[in-house]
Amino acid sequence: MNITLKVWKQKNNNERGRFETYQVKEVSPDMSFLEMFDVLNEDLITEGKEPIAFDHDCREGICGMCSMYINGRPHGPLQGVTTCQLHMRSFRDGDTIVVEPWRAAAFPVIKDLAVDRSAFDRIMAAGGFVSVNTGNAQDANNILIPKTDADLAFEAAACIGCGACVAACKNSSAMLFVSAKVSQLALLPQGQVERQERVISMVNQMDEEGFGSCTNTGACEAECPKSISVENIARLNREYLSAKITK
Amino acid sequence: MSSNNFLSLFNSSVGKKVIMAVTGLFICVFLIVHVAGNFQLFKADSGLSFNKYAVLMTTNPFIKTISYLLYTFIIVHAIRGIMIEIENRRARPVKYAKYNGNANSKWASRNMGILGTILLVFIVVHMHDFWYNYKFGHTPFTLYKTELATGNLVDVKDMGPDFKMGSKMEEMMAGDYKYVIVKDLYKEVKEEFKRLLWVVFYVVCMGAVSFHLYHGFRSGFQSLGLNSRKYNNVFQTIGTWVFAIIIPLSFAAMPLYFYFNQ
Ligand code: HEM
Ligand code: SF4
Ligand code: FES
Repeated sequence: MNITLKVWKQKNNNERGRFETYQVKEVSPDMSFLEMFDVLNEDLITEGKEPIAFDHDCREGICGMCSMYINGRPHGPLQGVTTCQLHMRSFRDGDTIVVEPWRAAAFPVIKDLAVDRSAFDRIMAAGGFVSVNTGNAQDANNILIPKTDADLAFEAAACIGCGACVAACKNSSAMLFVSAKVSQLALLPQGQVERQERVISMVNQMDEEGFGSCTNTGACEAECPKSISVENIARLNREYLSAKITK
Repeated sequence: MSSNNFLSLFNSSVGKKVIMAVTGLFICVFLIVHVAGNFQLFKADSGLSFNKYAVLMTTNPFIKTISYLLYTFIIVHAIRGIMIEIENRRARPVKYAKYNGNANSKWASRNMGILGTILLVFIVVHMHDFWYNYKFGHTPFTLYKTELATGNLVDVKDMGPDFKMGSKMEEMMAGDYKYVIVKDLYKEVKEEFKRLLWVVFYVVCMGAVSFHLYHGFRSGFQSLGLNSRKYNNVFQTIGTWVFAIIIPLSFAAMPLYFYFNQ
C-alpha cells in the first residue's frame, strides 16, 4: 500500500503548528498504525530529518498512551480499539490520512502528536483512590458484593485514561473519564468511606483543569476504546448532586 | 476541600447542567399545555373559545404565577445555555482540521447552541407579536352573541379600533341571548398568518424546536442523573414522538391553517 500522511507538526506548546505531508511507500496491510509511523520515522532519521513525536507504550490496548486523532476521529475509524490496535488494512491503497493530536485546552501539545495528559493524573490525585491502611488483606468472601454491582464496577474500571473521550467531545469534556473513575469505587464497599469527598474533589479538579461541560452528545461513549457507557456520567451526576446536597 | 457549600453546586460543570435540565424540562411541560390550549384555534367558533382561554391564561392568579416562573426559566435557560456554549468552545482553542462528528454523535446534539439561539429569536418575536400586543398593544375587542337555548353563535361583531374596556372580557345575559365582549387575540393570530414570510418563519422555527427537543428532552434526564436501562427507551420515545414530532407539527399546522384558510 502507498499512503499519503498529513501529520500535525508542532515544536512545542508555544509555537504554532502546521501540517506536514509525507509519502509512506510499501506499507503492509498487516502493520499496525503505529508500526507504519515507526517505518516512516526510520526513513526520516535515515534522511537526516526530524522524526514525528507520538506517544505509545504497551502497543496492546492497555496503557492508553497512543493518542492520535485520525481522519476526524480519535483512534481512527474502528470502534472499541486504540491506535495501536488499528491496522493498515482498515485503509485503502492511495488513501490520504490526516493525523492530529488530541485537541483540548486541558491537553496542551508537548510536541507534534504528543499531548500532556497530566490533567487526568491531577484529577486522580484529587480523589480517585481508596485510602487503605496497611495490614493483612481480609478474606475476600467477607465482603459480599452483588454480581451486577461487581460487573458495573469492572466495566468502569476498564478505562485506560487515554483521553479519547475528551478528544471526541465537541466540548472537550472529561466527564466519561471522571465518571468511570468515580463509578468504579462508588459501586464497591471499599469506596464508600470517601464516596462523597471523592466525587466533589474530582469534579472540582476537572473543572479547574479547563475541560468543557457535558452536553450529552454521546461522542465519548462511541469513541471510547473500552466502550465505557454514558450511564456512568448519569451516575456521576447523581453522586455529585447527592454529595453536594447532603454534605 | 475547596468550595463545598451547596450554592457552589451551580457553578460546577454538573450543576450548570442541572440548571439547563430543570429549566428546559419545565419549558417542555409548558409546551404541552400551550399546544393543547392553542388547538382551540381550530374550533369553528370565530375564536370565541380561544379568546376566553387567553383571558383565563392571563388573569388566573395561579396560572399567572406559573407564567412568571416560566419567563424567568426561559431567560435563565437562554443565558446559561449561551454561556455554556461559549465556555465549551473555549475548552478547545485549536479546532480539528478534519472532524467527523457524524461518526459518533447526532447533529442535533452538537448544535444545541445554534438551535437554542434560533429559539431565542423566535421567542422574542413571538412574545412581542402576541404577548406584548395583547397586554400593552391595540388588540381589538369583539362581541360574540350566542343563543342560550342552543349555544349557537348567532352574531360576531367587531367593536372597532376606538372601543376600550377596563377588563379583558365581559359577559352579559339579555333575553334569550348571551353576549361576550372579549379581547380578540384570535384576530391577531389570523392577521399575522396572512403573511407568507411569517408563516415560513414560524414553520422553520418549529423545525428548530423539533431538533432541540429531539436531543434535549432525553438529555435533560441524563443531566439529572436519570439514566437507567429500564427507562431510557421511554425518555427517548417521548422525546422523539411527543417533543420532536407531534408538538412541533401541531404548532406548525396553526400558521399553515390560517394561511391557507384566509
Ligand atoms: C422552546 C423553548 C426551549 C425548550 C423547551 C428547551 C429545552 C431544552 C432541554 C430540555 C435541554 C436539555 C437540557 C440538558 O441536557 O440538561 C436544552 C438544552 C439546551 N438549550 Fe434549550 N430549550 C428551549 C429554548 C432554548 C433557548 C432560547 C436557548 C438559548 C439561546 C437554548 C439553549 C440551549 C442549549 C445551549 C442547550 C444545551 C445545553 C447543555 O446541554 O448543556 N434553549 N433545552
Ligand atoms: S473513558 Fe474511555 S475514552 Fe475516556 S479515558 Fe477512559 S478509556 Fe479513554
Ligand atoms: S500503546 Fe498502549 S494502548 Fe496503545
